[in-house]
Amino acid sequence: MAQALEPDAARRLLVTVAQTRNVDAFETLFRFYAPRVRSFMALKVRDRQVAEELMQETMASVWSKATQFDPERGHVSAWVFTIARNVRIDFYRRRRPQFDASDPVFVADSAPPADEEFEHRQDAKLLREAMATLPQEQIEVLQKAFFEDISHSTIAEELGLPIGTVKSRIRLAFAKLRSALEGRR
Amino acid sequence: MTIKHHISDDFLLEYAAGTLSEGWSLGVASHLALCPECRERLAAMEGAAGALLDKIDATSPGGSEEDAWARMKGRLGEIRVEEVLRDAPAPSAALATAGPQGVLPEPLRSYVGGDIHEVKWRALGRGAYQILIDTGDRTTQTRLLRIPAGKPVPEHTHQGRELTLVLSGSFRDEVDRFGRGDVEEADGSLLHQPKADEDQDCICLAVTEAPLKFSSWIVRLVQPILKI
Repeated sequence: MAQALEPDAARRLLVTVAQTRNVDAFETLFRFYAPRVRSFMALKVRDRQVAEELMQETMASVWSKATQFDPERGHVSAWVFTIARNVRIDFYRRRRPQFDASDPVFVADSAPPADEEFEHRQDAKLLREAMATLPQEQIEVLQKAFFEDISHSTIAEELGLPIGTVKSRIRLAFAKLRSALEGRR
Repeated sequence: MTIKHHISDDFLLEYAAGTLSEGWSLGVASHLALCPECRERLAAMEGAAGALLDKIDATSPGGSEEDAWARMKGRLGEIRVEEVLRDAPAPSAALATAGPQGVLPEPLRSYVGGDIHEVKWRALGRGAYQILIDTGDRTTQTRLLRIPAGKPVPEHTHQGRELTLVLSGSFRDEVDRFGRGDVEEADGSLLHQPKADEDQDCICLAVTEAPLKFSSWIVRLVQPILKI
């Protein structure tokens, strides 16, 4: 299993896949993300075979949707997470309405600064650094929220905490992450 | 006009994680369509999820990575590749006002079946109208409500969670004034007395917990009319 893949390296690999359909570049991405996506799926579905199928489906989407990844925004891992999340939602036949950036009523961002691409790359780095400083009790709540497909009230039950404590850990975690991102502006 | 009242971390995180049910998600997604700031917040949350995914315990019990890759590689030729480029950005950075482009953003407009002038409002009497929105979500009730200008709503508390998104006009309560794009989240602890502003009718998306306990202010408004 690939132990590490730097954000910039992952971005270059995915752009290469999008532009030239390079199988070697995709293999490097697969060897890093496949075990992680399989673990993500297994946390919810429990059945190893089903987790394997959902992982394969997610990675097939990474291959087929590579042109939709915007290298100027966000990090490959965040993008892979959203694909895995959507595969899991479809598997359970749920619906998650989404905004449509091409809708005329959609309110676009104000004019981007010239160095927006640089800023977004900095964001990924700052976010990671800030994540490393969060207390374990906040990380634990975020992991449960993102990976286990349970509501915040269920998280509270599982951890034996009042719901208000869970919500305040969420607030504190994102307040810190946001202030880390705002610090560079 | 700038949006002052945003989606809470609580709702936004459940939306980012994909655990929020369809009715609430419709309210969150419709606010996101109008609010670049909350889209940034959503992106930060998804970024946090990505950072956690990198560190997830990925030691696979028994499974072979070589087999998994061989299978994937064998399939690549058959996978239809989406060559379409990313969604084009909206034509202009419009302000958060209901412009000539329309009032209801996607995904709400498709759920309702058109913009506010194209669909049939159901009169509730006393100048109020509503449109019930059909979702596959049995845990929520979702509706558009048009409250007549200047109309007060009886004081009340909530039994469950309620999310109100203003789409046109504005209302005021003890908390603040709420205009287009603003969201008010309420739960059992909030006692408030909303009133539509005088200048125009107020159109809101209201998502409430089902089964209905006839406790939300939206329902209180229509209760005497429907005699329920």
